[in-house]
Amino acid sequence: MAINRVVITGMGIYSCIGKNLEEVKKNLFYGKSGIGIDPERKALGFRSSLTGLIEQPMLKGILPRRLRVGLAQEGEYAYLSTVEALKLAMIDEEFLEKNEIGIIFGNDSSAKAVIECVDTMREKKDTMLIGSASIFQSMNSTVTMNLACIFKLKGINFTVSAACASGSHSIGMGYLLVKNGLQNIVICGGAQEINAYSMGSFDALSAFSIREDSPAKASRPFDKDRDGLIPSGGAASLVLESYESAIKRGANILGEIVGYGFSSNGEHISQPNVEGPVRAIKMSLNEANIRADEIDYINAHATSTIIGDEIEAKAINSIFNISKPYISSTKSLTGHECWMAGASEVLYSILMMNNSFIAPNINYENPDEESSKLNIVSHTIENNINTFLSNSFGFGGTNSAIIVKKFR
Amino acid sequence: MTREEIIHQINILFVDEFEIDETNIGLSSNLLDVLKIDSLDLVDLVVIIEKKFGFKIQAEDMAAVKTVEDFYSFVIDRVDQQKQTGGLSI
Repeated sequence: MAINRVVITGMGIYSCIGKNLEEVKKNLFYGKSGIGIDPERKALGFRSSLTGLIEQPMLKGILPRRLRVGLAQEGEYAYLSTVEALKLAMIDEEFLEKNEIGIIFGNDSSAKAVIECVDTMREKKDTMLIGSASIFQSMNSTVTMNLACIFKLKGINFTVSAACASGSHSIGMGYLLVKNGLQNIVICGGAQEINAYSMGSFDALSAFSIREDSPAKASRPFDKDRDGLIPSGGAASLVLESYESAIKRGANILGEIVGYGFSSNGEHISQPNVEGPVRAIKMSLNEANIRADEIDYINAHATSTIIGDEIEAKAINSIFNISKPYISSTKSLTGHECWMAGASEVLYSILMMNNSFIAPNINYENPDEESSKLNIVSHTIENNINTFLSNSFGFGGTNSAIIVKKFR
Repeated sequence: MTREEIIHQINILFVDEFEIDETNIGLSSNLLDVLKIDSLDLVDLVVIIEKKFGFKIQAEDMAAVKTVEDFYSFVIDRVDQQKQTGGLSI
């Protein structure tokens, strides 16, 4: 079986800190928060109405009706991020038609579509009045099933559901397929709905920050005064391609994926541990065949929860206590993009790597005992990154670690 | 609602809901071949008819409906039936 180098030749983003790469790059550099208030959440009895704020796209007139109506909220975001990614990758309709291109996205809910369907059933007592689109919007695989039809994709086609590590594992799966010669090009990514319905049960765990008087200050990963995460969403797409294919096409190479590590904690459904993430990170370093001191920057998973950040700080410190690479959590700006986060954070880190800066972990004002041992970047610094690590962890103890190198 | 009004309402739903080019809507236009209303669209048609004309149909009821003219007649007949039974609120 062929062993290929795996490069990234396209990427696109639709998030609360920008609706395209250019906007996102600027807001990362200036440390601009995308967090705000959703008044509907208070009316629904939420403990916290904080959320990432995203303008809902209008795709009528852009996509034909039949291709459009099956897209749930997160699918609409993913359509736009994928259009941007394919454009940057210089992949047009004709190329899509003639080549076997795959798609793997991370997604772990489509709650709004499901709830609207149930509301109709309860009101009308007749499933015939649900309409044709609901089923295609409701399934966890809604993003990949719709995008595969819109873009006429003929390669691998499935969704990874792995809680808040879904997007990262999607990149890991695409990496393995391209590396092993089973696919030349796979569109990977993550998508996350941002409506209130999708976050009610998460709010029930008291996991969200209640610092509603200052939304931009609410997400404060690693800071001593953090009080919870802020739910967010959007979509990120990355085009993974074999080096050979990219060179043959004359594609612009944005970075090279060199390592993917994974593990499962095998313990509590919501409480993290140190050992699981450590195993995933070490596996990614081993796969990349690099030492810990070759990592210049870590994009931490840190969501701004009290326990989660402390555990991750311990895990990172146990491996990088000598080299002390720069660390930031871009969730301080975006909130927790959940199923999308693992993909978007690789994309954010590539933007930093290719523009020689490190985005700040805003609101990191006072360290706690564990975070004080890390080299956390609280204000933007201009610095070269040659290699970065992106961590993602999720409920059930799923862990994923991706290492990307600047292409040479 | 008169026959002309029903036809006008149907034409509006073809254009607004199904995004069909108005110039393709003729009496003999085939719903599937010309208007591209497929089996999934028929499911949505059931929902739209319920909202717009106030009666429920099953997808099977549409089996004999092939053209735009068939569809006009189908809806007009059902609206008339509703009027006769006093069940129509429009």
